[in-house]
Amino acid sequence: MTGRYHAPFAEHGSHTIDSDIANRLLKIALGKGGDYADLFFEYSVGGSYVYDEEILKSARRAVSMGLGVRVMKGDATGYAYCEDLSFDAMKQAAETAAQIAAGGRPIAPLAVSTRNTPSRYPVPIESLDVNGEAKRAILERADRAARASDARVIRVDASFSESVREILIANSLGHMARDRQPLIRFGVRVIAEVSGNRQSGSSGGGGRTGLEYFDGKTPEWHAEQAVQQALVMLDAREAPAGEMDVVLGPGDSGILLHEAVGHGLEADFNRKKTSNYSDRMGEEVASALCTVVDDASLQGSRGSINIDDEGQFPARSVLIEGGTLKGYMQDRHSADYFGTTPDGHGRRQSFRSHPMPRMTNTMLLGGQDEPEDVIRSVSRGVYAKKFGGGQVDISNGDFVFSLTEGYLIEGGKVTAPLKGVNLIGNGPDAMRKVVMLGHDFQVSDGIWTCGKEGQSVPVGVGCPTIKIASMTVGGTQMGAG
Amino acid sequence: MSKPEEEANGLLELGRSVVGRAIEAGADVAEAGAHSGSHLSVKVRMGEPELVEEAGSRALGLRVMLGQRVASTYTSDLSEAGQRTLIEDALELASLSESDEFAGPPERSDLSAKSQWKDLDTFDDSVSQISADDALDLSLRGERAAFDFDSRIANSEGASFTRARGVSALVTSGGFAGSDYGTYASIVVNPIADDEGGKKRSGYHWSASRHYVDLEDSQAVGEEAARRTIAQLGAKKLPTQELPVVFDKDAARSILGLFAGCILGGAIWRKSSYLVDRVGTRVASELVDIVDDPLLPKAPGSRAFDGEGLLSRRNVVVESGVLKGYLMDTYSARKLGQKSTGSASRSPSGGISPSSSNLILRASSQSRDELVADTKHGLYVTGMMGFGFNGVTGDFSRGASGFLIEDGKLSDPVSEVTISLNLDQLLQRIDAVADDLDHRTAVASPTFRVSSMTLAGS
Repeated sequence: MTGRYHAPFAEHGSHTIDSDIANRLLKIALGKGGDYADLFFEYSVGGSYVYDEEILKSARRAVSMGLGVRVMKGDATGYAYCEDLSFDAMKQAAETAAQIAAGGRPIAPLAVSTRNTPSRYPVPIESLDVNGEAKRAILERADRAARASDARVIRVDASFSESVREILIANSLGHMARDRQPLIRFGVRVIAEVSGNRQSGSSGGGGRTGLEYFDGKTPEWHAEQAVQQALVMLDAREAPAGEMDVVLGPGDSGILLHEAVGHGLEADFNRKKTSNYSDRMGEEVASALCTVVDDASLQGSRGSINIDDEGQFPARSVLIEGGTLKGYMQDRHSADYFGTTPDGHGRRQSFRSHPMPRMTNTMLLGGQDEPEDVIRSVSRGVYAKKFGGGQVDISNGDFVFSLTEGYLIEGGKVTAPLKGVNLIGNGPDAMRKVVMLGHDFQVSDGIWTCGKEGQSVPVGVGCPTIKIASMTVGGTQMGAG
Repeated sequence: MSKPEEEANGLLELGRSVVGRAIEAGADVAEAGAHSGSHLSVKVRMGEPELVEEAGSRALGLRVMLGQRVASTYTSDLSEAGQRTLIEDALELASLSESDEFAGPPERSDLSAKSQWKDLDTFDDSVSQISADDALDLSLRGERAAFDFDSRIANSEGASFTRARGVSALVTSGGFAGSDYGTYASIVVNPIADDEGGKKRSGYHWSASRHYVDLEDSQAVGEEAARRTIAQLGAKKLPTQELPVVFDKDAARSILGLFAGCILGGAIWRKSSYLVDRVGTRVASELVDIVDDPLLPKAPGSRAFDGEGLLSRRNVVVESGVLKGYLMDTYSARKLGQKSTGSASRSPSGGISPSSSNLILRASSQSRDELVADTKHGLYVTGMMGFGFNGVTGDFSRGASGFLIEDGKLSDPVSEVTISLNLDQLLQRIDAVADDLDHRTAVASPTFRVSSMTLAGS
């Protein structure tokens, strides 16, 4: 074994978990009559570095470790965890979780055996194993480049975070699987000022990769992106208010798919019939141009996983094909309900949380149109380039997105930059209004984190240039639309 | 369960030991925060238990300085090996950091002592006594009340009850040692009704408190949740227009929360706030008074001392619309050439930054109903969506839902519109404040009205 951080529950660790210990714990977990039980061991180490005012101002590291025990009985889940891997502590967690099934007749778990894990993020050297000086140098390069690029830049800060998460899952169906999930994220933020008018700009990326990420996208490149965004925004004007055509740029705009479509297709909401997509399998839910997939297998992407947090093996799930609803994203609980197999979407923030259906890399596939033609087709509208985030109301599909960089389209040309634009709409409604798709599909660089019921997980998004005929643009300028 | 005082003493001892070892290993400054907690969360749905989760946890955060080089580490592994890694990593990272002339602990003379700390009544042992069965019963009653309230409640995202208990201790090589403990209980009910055209309307209501007796009855929570859900049935867009906007206390709190992020010393010296250089100037209408008060008994954000050991104090942020000052920790105060306002917050992972405690917009004497009755035509906002706020410029634009106000009365439900206005202007245009302030949340505001905003819709 190489590298500095290894899970104590791994082979040769201080608290190695083998199939024998797993079996004993699973037996305790099912001791009150549960139908199913699983053990989720997690060891995660995270680090972060902040470069600010031309020095490496802070450095942090965090280690978190524990076991989560889940017991299911019908639709009910019992959950408990411990941070101490002594047998007594683990046994107590298993007994606590077992209570959900109090009064039932115990059934024996099947003996566990290990399943092999695919490799979607072969990282030559994990970032945590590289000396800190190398990361300081990357941040310094970004800082210098941003400062040198324009005199209007008054502030720069750059940050780098890295983590590795080692997981081991064993369940009462006899499966045991492990994974080691590295992740890095880099970001640079600048503030530019001209006579009291201050604007910020930022750029970032990363994924399940090591520092070789910066061979492709250099710190200087990110710095330039951030500076350009801030400078452009110095000239931004008030955004129009009202309904108009919207063109979404490739890559980052995939956040729209994530919100407008993705969440509503997570199987738990459909099992409970609380999603606007419930009971609509096989129906037209988008324009015929739209094919939406959730793909955990993209090499090195932020949302990619080899195994999910229930020990299942995810692949590429087709959610919408040619506008027709084809599939939901399943975890074990929902898959049991729908009578299908779990497809690797059971994810959780940490051992302190139970899994639920979550997205990995959610993407709208590319079309046939020239991106220039898409813009040229709009006489007056908004071009959305960079997004700050979005939110959706699952029950009815209403969503909101905030742009961090957006422009007016006038007479088929991208013209003035716009201040604080929001796009608001309804998922199925907006997807039916997708009238053009570029052939320029891109995966957004790795910055997105998805929140659901208080749990955060890293995700990826991707899409081509998209034209939506009529969306509500939330600006301040009346009559400008 | 052990008494919180005993648990706190154990954590203080752990903190002292880690600080001592870090200093011995070469740190010039060492500060340890130790935490322990336990919680129970249950969820029911459609009359059946869905989740019972119960666990306890402990963690340790360490912040060290070598000269003026800073680093921090965190671990949930409190074994001897875990503590050793915590200390070694902290020192290794500090040697990588670069000297920051403003970094350093507060002056010893500024630190507070036990005799000065107010009892803020944040702990209620009866909260910890609530069993999983009790919690399930409460949740089931809440959900059932929602279903019984109106037959149009056809589905449910469920009802949940959570109780939590936390104890923490802070020990610094600068001479501070203090502990703190609190409890928290909450209940939320989330019913769903079917609207025309296959749309669903999800609504919710919740109650939260430090003491169990202060928690709203779960049946009342369920009924209010149902009332809110039903009221949104038939919600439609409005045409794009400029109009007065009334923010109910939940929406108003969210606006105040945006302002809260712009008055922190860290945002000011980083020039990341539209309120840079604005002390002494008008930042809101003269109807607006805002205080940050960490000393309110039983409130969610209360603390007797701050994250650096300074005595907590009430800070006036806005008085009659004029900005009186920022909320600062020691570092941001030094950057700004001022004194800390006792507003330091220490994250479990060891970092320190200024934060608000209980940030409160003062209530007036007018009732909410009077305020609405006084509005001829307007939008009454009960919910907002999205993240459309830029603190550097104050630009604000978010999705909104609520009701149209016609002739002083709430009328048709509204959804899928956005409201926009720069926060600076928004606060200056507040022309009425109501009296319905409560302290369920650390950032709290009564209902208020903004004289004119842009609504984007159809």
